[in-house]
Amino acid sequence: MLKIKEYIIEKALFMCALITVLTTAGIILILTVEAFSFFRNVSLYDFFTDPQWTPLYSEKHFGILSLLAGTFLTTVIAIMVALPVGMGIAIYLSEYAPRSFRKIIKPLLELLAAVPTVVYGFFALMVVTPFLQNIIPGVSGFNALSAGIVMGVMIIPFISSMSEDALHAVPKSLREAAYGMGSTRLQTVFRVTIPSASSGITASTILAISRAIGETMIVTIAAGQMPGLTLNPLKPVQTITAYIVQVSSGDVQFGSLEHQSIFAAGISLFALTFILNSVSFWIKKKYRIQYE
Amino acid sequence: MNNARVNRIKDVLFKYFGIVCTLSGLIILAIFILNILIDGVQRIDWSFMSSLPSRFPERAGILTAWTGTFWIFCLTAAIAIPIGVGAGVYLEEYSKKGWLANLLEINIANLAGVPSIIYGILGLEVFVRILGFGASLLAGSLTLALLILPIIIVATREAIRAVPKTIKEASFALGATKWQTISRQVLPASASSIITGIILALSRAVGETAPLIVVGALAYVPFVAKTPMDEFTVLPMQIFNWVSRPQHGFTINAAAAIIVLLCFVFLMIGIAVYIRNRAQKKNPW
Repeated sequence: MLKIKEYIIEKALFMCALITVLTTAGIILILTVEAFSFFRNVSLYDFFTDPQWTPLYSEKHFGILSLLAGTFLTTVIAIMVALPVGMGIAIYLSEYAPRSFRKIIKPLLELLAAVPTVVYGFFALMVVTPFLQNIIPGVSGFNALSAGIVMGVMIIPFISSMSEDALHAVPKSLREAAYGMGSTRLQTVFRVTIPSASSGITASTILAISRAIGETMIVTIAAGQMPGLTLNPLKPVQTITAYIVQVSSGDVQFGSLEHQSIFAAGISLFALTFILNSVSFWIKKKYRIQYE
Repeated sequence: MNNARVNRIKDVLFKYFGIVCTLSGLIILAIFILNILIDGVQRIDWSFMSSLPSRFPERAGILTAWTGTFWIFCLTAAIAIPIGVGAGVYLEEYSKKGWLANLLEINIANLAGVPSIIYGILGLEVFVRILGFGASLLAGSLTLALLILPIIIVATREAIRAVPKTIKEASFALGATKWQTISRQVLPASASSIITGIILALSRAVGETAPLIVVGALAYVPFVAKTPMDEFTVLPMQIFNWVSRPQHGFTINAAAAIIVLLCFVFLMIGIAVYIRNRAQKKNPW
């Protein structure tokens, strides 16, 4: 009797674990099937070369490049904000800060990642954009710059906490050897600690990029709904994620080509983040073997 | 100035750079919360909490939004906790090393990085259309449950891994079966860490907007949801809707709704941190 119960419980727990595999399978299946019917109407060649993305206009163009440009632009701005600040925090906390200070500051910084993204969107639109309009002439009401900056603030804790872990994992002996040779802390950080932790730092940066690419609400609220092949951060753009929101919150018919286009956009987004996540996972795994 | 001195100065300068970076994150957070408080705090009163949405900003309230958020919170918790903890227990205690275990592990790591809006697309097809739940609370909660599963699983595994082997061995030595050991020794010993992880995961679900937009949460729901099959809105949806409107009155409403949402999210995080700290203090090992 006890044996049967144990057996049933083990199978039930296995089912729970299996749900995660089914989730991935479901995502891939749905995106491919729906994107496939989309690509029967729109050629892959047009999808990747057409400079316009206008599925909701009467003259339809499906060129993912303009959505990619918007995504790329906001992501680059976000990383330009988050990488220096995040690394600065990581280095300071792991190499300079007193232990007690670190213990207080770390959970506070993690609050930055806990704020709902729709709240960041409000902040970008209502505070950062007016501020930018005051100091830079020609900033549109919706623009990539403000959305990118705020997104950067949001991903600071991703970079800082994962990079700090990586710096922390560098064996003490390496640092002590550098100090023994008369290096300052700064020299040790940049010539010994960071190079030794480089794979962990790279992994965290890639993960942060992937996070920025997948971020939705900030760019939907603050970057506008204007897909275009532009790299001008002062103009409105549209990202892949913002497009999916735009179609989902409008009244577009199920099964129409416009509606199917969100799956084409979705599969591009999924592929992009999947590749980045895998690369990050792979780098991190390799790095672990190196140090244990 | 000799080289050594230049290097000393650089070192000190860099230290200040680090302090500035660290504080800048916190200062931005502070400015931003202050800004929202100034905009919205005087708008919060009983009628704001208990009114239905309206075309007129002064009359609009967040009753449907916060009850929706409460529904989503409870349903998501009911779905995600047993599955997440179960999967975590399986992966840590039962699964044997091999290709299957490897696949599960890589898969969970990858799922944690899938953008939330992709989960929305999954929920739209599977729960709303194929299973026919419609744009209901149930479909929304199932979607969010899938979204936070990886977080709960990882938290559960880490918590279980921290339980000393000796406890398990003692239990086995007394003749307990595997499940008896897990349910009576391992899970109680790791409970506080698991609960901390669950609360943090739920706080993320409560703040999510994008997947619910795709699933079909509405911006305007004129009644309070009574069953899980009802249409719904949630606080983040309501905020998004108000932010997208040009009238200043709605901006103030959005700020007020943000205060309510942030209170809820920060309260949950506070509880999670409290449980973690208390557990660390009385930890016997």
